[in-house]
Amino acid sequence: MIKFTVNGRPREVDVEPEMPLLWALRDVLDVKGPKYGCGVALCGACTVHVDGELVRSCSVPVSAAAGKKIVTIEGLAQRGRPHPVQQAWMDHEVPQCGYCQGGQILAAVALLKKNPKPTDNDIDSAMTNICRCGTYARIRTAIHAAAKSMAGQSAAKKA
Amino acid sequence: MTKKFVSSRRKFLQQSAALGGGLSVGFSIPDALAAGADDKGSEVNAWVVIRPDDTVVIRYARSEMGQGSMTSAPMLVAEELECDWNKVRIEYASANENVRRKRAWGDMAAVGSRTIRFSQEYLRKAGATAREMLIAAAAQKWNVPASECVAANSVISHAASKRKTSFGKVANDAARLDPPKEVKLKDSKDWKLIGKSIKRVDIPDTVMGRQRYGIDVQLPGMMYAAIAQCPVFGGKVKSMDAARVQGRRGIVKVVSLDTFVAVIADNWWRAKEALRDVAIEWDLGANGNVSSAGLMEFYRAGLNAQTDIAVSRRDGDVDQAFASAAKVVEAEYFTPYLAHSTMEPMGCTALIKDGRVDVWTSTQNAEASLATAAATAGVPLENVEVHRVQLGGGFGRRGGGQDFVRQGVAIAKTMEGTPVKMLWTREEDMQHDYYRPASMIRMKAGLDASGNPVAWHSRVSSTSIIATLVRLPLKPPLAPAEGVDPQAVASLHDLPHAIPNVKIEYAQRNAHVPVGFWRSVGHSQNPFMRESFLDELAVAAGKDPYEYRRALLAKSPRDLGVLEATAKAAGWGKPLPAGVFRGIAETEAYGSYTSVVAELSVNNNGEVAIRRLVLGIDSGYVVNPDNVVAQMQGSAVFMLTAMFWGEITIKDGRTEQSNFNDYRLMRLREMPRVEVVLAPSGGFWGGVGEPGQASIAPAICNAIFAATGKRIRSLPLKNHGLTMA
Repeated sequence: MIKFTVNGRPREVDVEPEMPLLWALRDVLDVKGPKYGCGVALCGACTVHVDGELVRSCSVPVSAAAGKKIVTIEGLAQRGRPHPVQQAWMDHEVPQCGYCQGGQILAAVALLKKNPKPTDNDIDSAMTNICRCGTYARIRTAIHAAAKSMAGQSAAKKA
Repeated sequence: MTKKFVSSRRKFLQQSAALGGGLSVGFSIPDALAAGADDKGSEVNAWVVIRPDDTVVIRYARSEMGQGSMTSAPMLVAEELECDWNKVRIEYASANENVRRKRAWGDMAAVGSRTIRFSQEYLRKAGATAREMLIAAAAQKWNVPASECVAANSVISHAASKRKTSFGKVANDAARLDPPKEVKLKDSKDWKLIGKSIKRVDIPDTVMGRQRYGIDVQLPGMMYAAIAQCPVFGGKVKSMDAARVQGRRGIVKVVSLDTFVAVIADNWWRAKEALRDVAIEWDLGANGNVSSAGLMEFYRAGLNAQTDIAVSRRDGDVDQAFASAAKVVEAEYFTPYLAHSTMEPMGCTALIKDGRVDVWTSTQNAEASLATAAATAGVPLENVEVHRVQLGGGFGRRGGGQDFVRQGVAIAKTMEGTPVKMLWTREEDMQHDYYRPASMIRMKAGLDASGNPVAWHSRVSSTSIIATLVRLPLKPPLAPAEGVDPQAVASLHDLPHAIPNVKIEYAQRNAHVPVGFWRSVGHSQNPFMRESFLDELAVAAGKDPYEYRRALLAKSPRDLGVLEATAKAAGWGKPLPAGVFRGIAETEAYGSYTSVVAELSVNNNGEVAIRRLVLGIDSGYVVNPDNVVAQMQGSAVFMLTAMFWGEITIKDGRTEQSNFNDYRLMRLREMPRVEVVLAPSGGFWGGVGEPGQASIAPAICNAIFAATGKRIRSLPLKNHGLTMA
């Protein structure tokens, strides 16, 4: 039995330790936010956070997640309120088909955590997930907008 | 907010009962689609259902794959209905009911950029008809003439008696009235919604992780299937030995189904892993030796052939005009096979039970999926439902070819009573596409002494999509002429330039590589050839490529209009920084007119730095402007990916590429500055999902010529030592 938390909830799975985390989440635990795109960590549609770090869950064995905290796109909102990155994604109408966007949003959240005020170059090197619909221009705009709104929120908290 | 499925359980159970199954579905469905859950409301007509609380349910018949039509098509209904957009909920029309109700919702296909341009009239009429019925019901209640009542913002009022009522209060009565035979549609100047940027209704669910795609379907007792298809197109399974996987954890069974082998398991990963240990011997058929080089010879033979050539268009006498021309320019162009590579691979979930078939799949054409499922299962159309989900990309892959439905239902047939979710690996998806056809074109033009073209001859050699995938005879009115695939000659047959002698020919050369509709289809390749060749003519004539086009388009006002609007926005002719060069192109596609100006530099390492792309479009009317901008931005990425790296090559009868490592898709860091110019001239309804692609490649290649003197006559650019900076 492999145990971890998913979006704050304790979960356990009785599966082969080498089963990729993606398939344990999707087919065993019915957590459908992480998507299958390539199976070899090239596209990032399967992106999740494991203990706050970006992980391409299609290429990580579920055993590696034992005892860790997993957050998927479903778990990003706090008390029903969209995360500022999700809000920016809605304000700027980023998604087209949307299949990759859970991964894109989680990648953006991780970037902003490490670098609250990223430049275009920072965004270029951090955002490597593939979007076939071509929403890149809006992803960039939305990340800058989220950075601004998060800076405003933390300034408000300090004040 | 999303309603958990329990809240709409009653309606679902009614549907399930009607379908003969006692299903329950374990996933939550998006709020936008949960309409009608607790109160069905009154169906005023097939498109409009109004509930007592004034909620307006507008039905949407086609598919949503990111093109935004799930928002813009209902906007057209709402415009005429005069309802409050904030009270609108959108619900998919049922494909099964479309069969039963004699196609009450018409064509359900989201293909060919046609949702708006082909449905706008009947959608607006549906809204206007419902509005008139609601007004009539209120007028009857008040005993006043309907002509004295007006509807606005979901409220009907009678000014003289100062009475008001809401849509929800009269909907039940309205639904019992006979619809008016004639309705007058609003003048475009009176539109309130059309032309405004309205937020797409599906985006909140996507962003919050609630959107459900075909791959996300979860049913009680569901099993999972992974498949391996014969790597050589057209081949079959000769024999199969699954002894090594028998008894392995989670494996239910292994089946051989003519052209593919499926492993069915309690988990997709287990099925996929086991498939690697199933020994399959293939009957490769006759094409096991076909290679890209051989295909090039095959298509070139079409260019040189004396027979089996169809003439698409003939104006004047090109032979005579060439004989008397001052200068003749000739060139051969090539564009390769391309894969769709939707982010969600092909898949299909199916349940066959008691003569009924339920299918859940990401499809661009629910009616085609329904017909395919019925034929595969051997049941009447009325016994099938295709449950609608969001598509993880489409780009044409999920419309014409319904191979995934055929496979999903064939697998479910071996598991009657159990739902089975089939999913392709990325590798299967890459290697079993209906590819954008490879196409070779010979261009020849004759110029008079002042450089004006007096003769134009193009011959296209390619595999016909219509003949091989759709399997319809190439005859008018479907084809421009007997034997001509309309997509193969797109933008050439309808060459708008003032050239007196024109001949366009088609050499139908059908190879074994399956071909299909790839975003903008013929317009993804022929404009590259046409507009690059026009540039060659401008150079031969010693003229500015923009002015050269202007003169030739003087009598084609829409082509000319978008060309001029785009050139103006880009500042054509104004000085550029040292080392930066411009290119221009213009094309009509799917009823819209597009033009592109590219600004770029090329360094000694062949790195192309795109400084700016100005994309202009005249779609006639614009329904949802921000969505048109989004489609243009997306088109830029799709086409840049194709023109820099896109190439499917064939070896030993099969596709060489397998995943995103060898079929490279553009990433964010490569995204250039894109400026979209909306130049709507009104009076017509053009498409927006595909036209944006048409003029990009030639504008960039013409700029590369301006920068380097090197004329690009084949794609992708990587084969010319060029890459993105």
